[in-house]
Amino acid sequence: MSRNGGPLRPNDFAIKIGTVNGTGSASANSLLLQALFRVGVPVSGKNIFPSNIQGLPTWYEIRVSGDGYAARSPEVDISVAMNPESYSRDIAEVRQGGWILHDSTRPLETRLLREDATFLGVPLARMCLEHFEGARTRILMKNIAYVGALVALLDIEIEVVHGMIEEKFGTKPHLIEANFKALALGRDHALEHLPCPLPIRVSRLDATRDHVIVTGNTAAALGCLYAGATVGAWYPITPATSLMDAFTAFCRRFRVDPETGERDYLVLQAEDELAAAGMVIGASWMGARAFTPTSGPGISLMSEFIGFAYYGEVPAVFFDVQRTGPSTGMPTRTQQGDLLLCAYASHGDTKHIALYPADPAECFDFAVRAFDLADRFQTPVFVVSDLDIGMNDWMIPELGWDDDFRPDRGKVLDAEELAKLDRFHRYLDSDGDGIPYRTLPGVDAKGAYFTRGAGHDRYGGYTEDSDAYRDVVDRIARKVDSAADAVPAPYFRLAGGAHEASRSSTARFGIVSVGGCHWAVLEALDVLEARGHQIDYMRVRGFPFSDEVSDFIDARELLFVVEQNRDAQLRSLLLLETGCAAEKLRPVLDYGGQPLARNTVVDAVEEFVRKEPSGSREAVPRSGDPVPDSADPVPIAPEPVQTSSLSNPAP
Amino acid sequence: MSYIAKPVARHPALKRNALGLTMRDYEGVMSTLCAGCGHDSVTAAFVQAFFELGTEPHRVAKMSGIGCSSKTPAYFLGGAHGFNSVHGRMPSVATGANAANRDVTTVGVSGDGDSLSIGLGQFCHAVRRNVDMLYILENNGVYGLTKGQFSASSDLGSKSKRGVANEHQPIDAVTLAITLGASFVARSFSGDKEQLVPLMKAGLTHRGFAFIDVISPCVTFNDHEGSTKSYVHTREHGHEVVATDFVPLRSEITAAYPEGGVRDVLLHDGSAIRLRKVAEDYEPADRVEALKFLGGAQARGEIATGLLYLAEEGRDMHVLERTTANPLAQLPFERLCPGGEALADIQREWR
Repeated sequence: MSRNGGPLRPNDFAIKIGTVNGTGSASANSLLLQALFRVGVPVSGKNIFPSNIQGLPTWYEIRVSGDGYAARSPEVDISVAMNPESYSRDIAEVRQGGWILHDSTRPLETRLLREDATFLGVPLARMCLEHFEGARTRILMKNIAYVGALVALLDIEIEVVHGMIEEKFGTKPHLIEANFKALALGRDHALEHLPCPLPIRVSRLDATRDHVIVTGNTAAALGCLYAGATVGAWYPITPATSLMDAFTAFCRRFRVDPETGERDYLVLQAEDELAAAGMVIGASWMGARAFTPTSGPGISLMSEFIGFAYYGEVPAVFFDVQRTGPSTGMPTRTQQGDLLLCAYASHGDTKHIALYPADPAECFDFAVRAFDLADRFQTPVFVVSDLDIGMNDWMIPELGWDDDFRPDRGKVLDAEELAKLDRFHRYLDSDGDGIPYRTLPGVDAKGAYFTRGAGHDRYGGYTEDSDAYRDVVDRIARKVDSAADAVPAPYFRLAGGAHEASRSSTARFGIVSVGGCHWAVLEALDVLEARGHQIDYMRVRGFPFSDEVSDFIDARELLFVVEQNRDAQLRSLLLLETGCAAEKLRPVLDYGGQPLARNTVVDAVEEFVRKEPSGSREAVPRSGDPVPDSADPVPIAPEPVQTSSLSNPAP
Repeated sequence: MSYIAKPVARHPALKRNALGLTMRDYEGVMSTLCAGCGHDSVTAAFVQAFFELGTEPHRVAKMSGIGCSSKTPAYFLGGAHGFNSVHGRMPSVATGANAANRDVTTVGVSGDGDSLSIGLGQFCHAVRRNVDMLYILENNGVYGLTKGQFSASSDLGSKSKRGVANEHQPIDAVTLAITLGASFVARSFSGDKEQLVPLMKAGLTHRGFAFIDVISPCVTFNDHEGSTKSYVHTREHGHEVVATDFVPLRSEITAAYPEGGVRDVLLHDGSAIRLRKVAEDYEPADRVEALKFLGGAQARGEIATGLLYLAEEGRDMHVLERTTANPLAQLPFERLCPGGEALADIQREWR
């Protein structure tokens, strides 16, 4: 026990900072995040921001986890309440026994006070008013001052924070001085008046070496750069905008001739998403690697073109950074609501290759792979990320690059190869693998063909003939299905820690998940395992699904399908594509717009196990687990478990 | 848009161009449009223009959207890649294609439904972006493939085949393009090859967005009495205000409108566009004057034709975007990928 109550919890807590958007708190918050990272403690940062420019409540959650857990923390240990508008909510949200750091310049209304949490007042506004000139500076420095208070309360090494401020403002000594002063104001006050350090505190570790902090969108943009993409077209949309911003910034750094200023790239800000898709398809058809970052509403608009690229067999890479739908939905909240849309976008029979990254490391890797797959299979490829992955700060192992990597441009005939042919026909299955040869404009008249979304035969000619039409669409179906073995293989973690799908397992139950749910599931598995549950886990990383996916499902009695949408879209995809029995897949859904936390998964599994018929008990909980006896046989039915709506605070 | 092959027989006496190619080498597949369709005359003009320019067919990309007009790219330049995209979206595909390879000549063929209704936004933005392309709008004032509905270019009072008069204001593509800042804007008539071919050649050589609105009558649904897009009406009301010649090899510099009202405008490759004013009060280099004149002509029910607006060659998309002179699609991977060491450098900033 620490001297101010509660067990000591070094390197295991969550901070939630509530501020007003547009007041410069973002840089103070990242200063704090980075400081924690630099003392070697794993961290993750989640920005919960409004769809607004200035004046509304915004939050930043920092999870400090010596064990390296990256999912959203199920509870808030310390709330930094800086925005009177959201005081009541921010104060209510703190766990029992937690702390509330607030600006004590003005007293808190008594209705806000809680008996079961500790209030830590620092007169931030008053101190900044006394020590700084100008309204804007005072507001900015107040942010740095609360960081100073946290430095004292959480026992963060002040030298590390000083070092970062010096790095940041290296050429502007007056800013260094101001920031140091603000930091000291908050810190000194806390040291003098508050019970520093709190039981939740930081203790130097060596767990962030060879790691970096980055957002998924930045990593995806870097992947596009490294894949050799030269044309990017887009229409600004949250939460995909930062992907193109990052790509442009990387290009300015690496793709501009220092002497002439000429650019080895072209980024087109289109008039809408329809045009962005058209530009990508036109550029890819011409032989460039091209992509567009967007979100669900953009995919809706692009769908006609996506069907065109599928049928006309034009490579194209789409990044869908998913946000909460339908329609405009909640643009600054996360969701996995486009899984079905991306899988089958457009009218008619279509199916698309999709890659599902779980973090920025996979965003980088899958971006590079997406271009190869698009070129190789001559079809649209989706990288399906989400707001949480794309815009939040993740700690990942440092990215590596093999300098021997060369892109797979697929079957593209050059002039020499064309010369050897008697005639070129665009859609012939010469190799029997469903993938035809293509040619690029400008190379040779012999390679000329007509790309069309209208009915065409295997020679590329227009057709309205049933057999000739079916011949082509059947081959395309074969072609796209064959990509199942080329997309990233599923991630497995079997009970007992094995990661090979082929390993036999005695677990009756499994979890299937996708994308950013991964981190909450991993954490939940640790909790469930510690409580004696044996559960296998598979995270799908690519679509079409490989045989491994159906094998995993077939080999287990029941699977919890964990995903972030209302309608269990991953489950629907699995049912459609693997043909498994519907009763085997039990949805665990969280779709309120916040990143998933472990309790949703833990609760869903335990609630089910509790209701399990007693005859099938032996494989699940061990004796001593707090599982109440239940004789009521409950049929295994896909009735959704929606713990999220209860446990997640509404934004 | 069929693939009916034409017989390959060639008369030995057929004229050959500088590349040694004949007109036949610039043709495509057999047209499936109605006999007498204006669009087929546009096709013929394309064949002649490319033949006379001596373009290598495979150095051209033919882009189109959906509709009768958008079938035409299949009928010329069989040796060029064609792209028949989705309805109204040709401009974006052409923009992407041109972005990826600035050395391939981009030609877009569209119609009044494709460009002025479903695709009006994309048309406008291709103009704004000044994509280096020749954009032909085959304008017949009617939806042919869906059997005769009015289009956005149908004139007020123009009658449908059933005798119903159009009551909606038309969108005039020419004044729209000038307003949006296009640097080369012309109007012509599919039945006037002598005017259309030099305009096409000039437009193909012009660097930037070159737009030609071609009145191209629909013989099946809009060639009757009362239609303002019929052959008869266009012949009777068409007024060439600026005659245009394309001068491939420039030999002399002519002063602006000396006697005879002739002026040469030099193009980037040394060729020139020779303008001859027919209407005394028309000034095709002045945007405001051009718009004023066109407004007046329209009010009088006249169809002003010729190169109606020509600015000095503007900064096309690649100039605006400072793109490298090499086609982006052909840049070697080694030049594009910063490599492992740079990746380590970048990540040092992420700690």
